[in-house]
Amino acid sequence: MSTTALPAAVYVPVLRKASSLRRWTEREDVFSWLMIIPPVVFLLLLVGYPLVYGVWLSLEDRPVARPGTFVGLANFIADAHDPVFWQVVQNTFVYTFFATVLKMIGGLGLALVMNQDFKFKNTVRALVLLPFIVPTVLSTIAWMWILDPAFAPINWFLRNLHIANPGPSWLGNPHLAMMSLIIVNVWRGLPFYGITLLAGLQTISPELYEAATIDGASTWDRFYYVTLPLLKPVIYIVTMFSVIFTFADFQLVYVLTRGGPANATHLFATYAFDLAMGAGQLGLGASVALAMLPPLALIILAMSIYMKPHKS
Amino acid sequence: MMVERSGWRVKSVRLWLPLGAYMIFTLFPFYWMAVTSLKPNSELYNRRIMPLIVYHPTLKHYADLLSQTNFLEWTWNTLLVATVSTAISLVFGVMLAYPLARMRFAGSALVAFGVAATYLVPQPLLFIPLADIITKLGLNDTLTSVILTYPTLLIPFCAWLLMGYFRSVPHELEDAARIDGATRLQTMFRVFLPLCTPGFISAGIFAFTLAQNEFLYALIFLTQTDVRTVPVGAIAELVKGDVFYWGQLMAAALLGSVPVAIIYSFFVEHYVAGLTAGAVKQ
Repeated sequence: MSTTALPAAVYVPVLRKASSLRRWTEREDVFSWLMIIPPVVFLLLLVGYPLVYGVWLSLEDRPVARPGTFVGLANFIADAHDPVFWQVVQNTFVYTFFATVLKMIGGLGLALVMNQDFKFKNTVRALVLLPFIVPTVLSTIAWMWILDPAFAPINWFLRNLHIANPGPSWLGNPHLAMMSLIIVNVWRGLPFYGITLLAGLQTISPELYEAATIDGASTWDRFYYVTLPLLKPVIYIVTMFSVIFTFADFQLVYVLTRGGPANATHLFATYAFDLAMGAGQLGLGASVALAMLPPLALIILAMSIYMKPHKS
Repeated sequence: MMVERSGWRVKSVRLWLPLGAYMIFTLFPFYWMAVTSLKPNSELYNRRIMPLIVYHPTLKHYADLLSQTNFLEWTWNTLLVATVSTAISLVFGVMLAYPLARMRFAGSALVAFGVAATYLVPQPLLFIPLADIITKLGLNDTLTSVILTYPTLLIPFCAWLLMGYFRSVPHELEDAARIDGATRLQTMFRVFLPLCTPGFISAGIFAFTLAQNEFLYALIFLTQTDVRTVPVGAIAELVKGDVFYWGQLMAAALLGSVPVAIIYSFFVEHYVAGLTAGAVKQ
């Protein structure tokens, strides 16, 4: 009963003797649900259930490999009295804000530069995306070695140009460590902005620019009144994704600083990891992880109010 | 932006200067990986000499990496896990995307919302409960643990991307097949899905790079050297206490990046299509 031979004349109707079960599965809604149920069950078991279980854990005093006892909101109260927790909140906001803004501006710049005609454009685009596709941990190890105070190129230049000797400890000083993390995050995430915004730019009709030029618009006018408004939906979505994944970042910090020096670079994810996997306090760790949701929800809400393009 | 006067001066200021600076920033870490991995230790740990050049290149770090560590095993594990979890995610992704994109049924809006929400659930929210669940299931230190959990990160993405692709396919062929008496399943497999190969390549290549990149679950679930993936193996076994084997680390970083970079280079266009699919309506 091949359907690859489409001409109707060749086709022998099979449905004539179709059982009632067959007719039932041919219904649009039944077929859809039969299709959808297996993946939905899979996701409910491995995302939905852990999510609920995480909430439950956060309400327990639960040392690793031992049964937990229900303690209500005690973990969250402990978080609120933990100075490191508030440091973590502050770190996460600083990290997310600066990394996002730099990626947005840099990505827009990269997209505008690449939206010109030039040779090897496709090769350049492929190379630009490399930081985004290479396993993050591996490239971050390379950055750690670039930032090495003694043997790395940055401090070698600083020493030999007599700017600083022996040169700063890029990951050992609290402020420099945060700055270094932000730079590495921008290095990795900027291609996503750049290439997506470039794709957005390419959907803008050249006629709009021509019309604006005829009306006497300068380069800046064209950017501000034509490019930016039309790009806004793309910027909004890209930033939304980026904020969520930057806010919940783990890999960069784990590899570069492990939250140090003196908790100056701990984010929600790494602090929760330390509490749960390092100190074996699953309940407390789960409460820190959950505590990332309200501020994240607030940021997303604020973004959708202030950045969301109006439908026109 | 348009370039009205494309003289080389204008072009160099508007194009080559910023692009060149950015390319140096982007590609330098890869250069640094390569240079470091080829340096003998006497050069590596010499503060006086210019660090950007190799004076006496050697393959010793590569030989050590391949002979003294389980790097090849980690690479095999990574490729296996990434391939299997990508395959699972594509199958489940199609099962979600086909009805959501092509059919009308009660509850479809809810499922579509659920898929999008799942995509946005930050991984750190799940790893602590998942660690406990994996332990209870006795799956610690098995590749099954990550093969089961990676699809939770990949399915929503694949479903989302495929939905967009599926919607762009015209209905006529399916209608014709249905009129000719084909069942819904036959229509889907014989008529519809073969039309969507580019969509599968996009989703597959993107999911594969995501799976290769995953670190948190692998770090927690895989603690024995023979089941580790490349990122976890490099971090956990090439850094011993405060001692960093930089030559081997950089060799591992470069070799670990090569498979995904090669696959990517064949499918750049599909990758870019997948990357931008969510944000840009073509």
